[in-house]
Amino acid sequence: MSKTRYERPVIKKLETGMPNKFGTRTEYEPMTHIDGVAVKDLIKEFGSPLFVISEKTIRDTVKKAKKAFGTRYPKVQFAWSYKTNYLNAICNIFHQEDSWAEVVSGFEYDKAINLGVDGRKIIFNGPDKSEQDLTKAITNDSLIHIDHLDELYSIRELADKLKKRPRVAIRVNMDTGVYPMWDRFGFNYENGQAWDAINKIMHSEKMELVGLHCHIGTFMLSPFAYGTAASKLSELALAVEQKFKHEIKYIDMGGGFASKNTLKGSYLPGTDTNPTFDDFAEAISTVLLNSNFKKDKLPLLILETGRALVDEAGYLLGSVISNKRSSTGRRNTIIDVGVNILFTSFWYDHKITPAQPFTHYSEDTCLYGPLCMNIDVIRESANLPLLNMGDHIVIHNVGAYNMTQWMQFITLRPNVVLIDLDEKPHLIRIKESLENMNSMERVPSHLTFDR
Amino acid sequence: MKLRKNVAVSEAGLLFNPVTGESYSVNPIGVEIINLLREEKSPEDISKFILGKFATDKATFEKDYHDFIGILEHHNLLDSHEETKA
Repeated sequence: MSKTRYERPVIKKLETGMPNKFGTRTEYEPMTHIDGVAVKDLIKEFGSPLFVISEKTIRDTVKKAKKAFGTRYPKVQFAWSYKTNYLNAICNIFHQEDSWAEVVSGFEYDKAINLGVDGRKIIFNGPDKSEQDLTKAITNDSLIHIDHLDELYSIRELADKLKKRPRVAIRVNMDTGVYPMWDRFGFNYENGQAWDAINKIMHSEKMELVGLHCHIGTFMLSPFAYGTAASKLSELALAVEQKFKHEIKYIDMGGGFASKNTLKGSYLPGTDTNPTFDDFAEAISTVLLNSNFKKDKLPLLILETGRALVDEAGYLLGSVISNKRSSTGRRNTIIDVGVNILFTSFWYDHKITPAQPFTHYSEDTCLYGPLCMNIDVIRESANLPLLNMGDHIVIHNVGAYNMTQWMQFITLRPNVVLIDLDEKPHLIRIKESLENMNSMERVPSHLTFDR
Repeated sequence: MKLRKNVAVSEAGLLFNPVTGESYSVNPIGVEIINLLREEKSPEDISKFILGKFATDKATFEKDYHDFIGILEHHNLLDSHEETKA
């Protein structure tokens, strides 16, 4: 006779009244499969921890976003934000879905070129563009979004030197009614810096001012702020047309749309409260359509959406290392996923689901990573089903920023697998090894010794 | 190690301590252990019984058993006087 599945014994005091700080239980079903592939098989083949990305979810999310904007505004172009996730396979999915590339460094620019992106479809943002970077971008006729006056003057000089007329936009920062106001990048709207930069570009005639760009914040929970930003950029574009008889070709609203993650400190889960693509699309397109652009002169609307397009497609699989109790009796569970590979655990209360069947019993749990560092906490308080050593867990909504901001710290970065539309897993980034790390180091001869 | 005499536990896992008026929820394996404690079984007997019924190993159960006993003690559900006498 087969034995009953083991679950550790647990006793929980029943308390009525106010909910405790751990909140209520949220997980009722295990996540045994991702896009038809068993979690235990993925871990068996590719190890634990393991990033898994669903190609189907990415493509479905892109379609949802395109539909939200495309049904409201006639000219829309998405540009994939490389910094959100620049694994080559992931970038190519977005390029196959007609996204341009949006890059913020020479490294990212070269990555896009290496992937075969047409230089004219690369938007080059960011405050740090070297002369070499700008030369490349000008030669390839890329769209350069100017961040500061020093860059503006450098481009003007390079335009003379290269005998080219670079296509440029300026990044505009502004008060959109949200706090904190992002005024670190670009030229300010309210104090006239933006208008001043526009005039410098227009009068110099060395550059073609093709667009206006803003990026008002990150993980924005207010679609109305985008409406305010679209209104201010429209006013600038119309002012350029009036003064210089010059048509601004596009308005780039940047990124910052919230994904479905739950920010730390939120009372309700992000899935219930965060705005949808439709909310953002409604706010932006209404303002643009209601502005004074002539019907045949509506600017192209560019969106540099990153997080909201890829977060839900990413999963991080892990395993339980140990269960223990703190000095106060709190349940502590150690998993093999640390903050070094799950950077976003500093911002979000990630949803975590066991990958094997469980009963309805649960425990208030603190989830720690494997690092010998006090800050390595994945969830400070979660009401989780009972996990045994060796059990697997699935961490949700990790597709954005984790595979770019991860650190090789104490442990090595793990494999990344993409599950294609035919439910077939592909290894798209190989886990690091000691050899990889050592290959970048050099030991001076006086510090070497014979074994 | 013995359960306090007046502590009541149902088959469904509802445990009630009439001395404090507090109620607890216990999972099925916890109910098994509590009933064995009520019968004054030794830790070895309890371990043997659980290992025969559930798919686990001795080390895992031993660790979880001591953790469980610790929590029962924390909630004052064990008769420490009885234990001293034994």
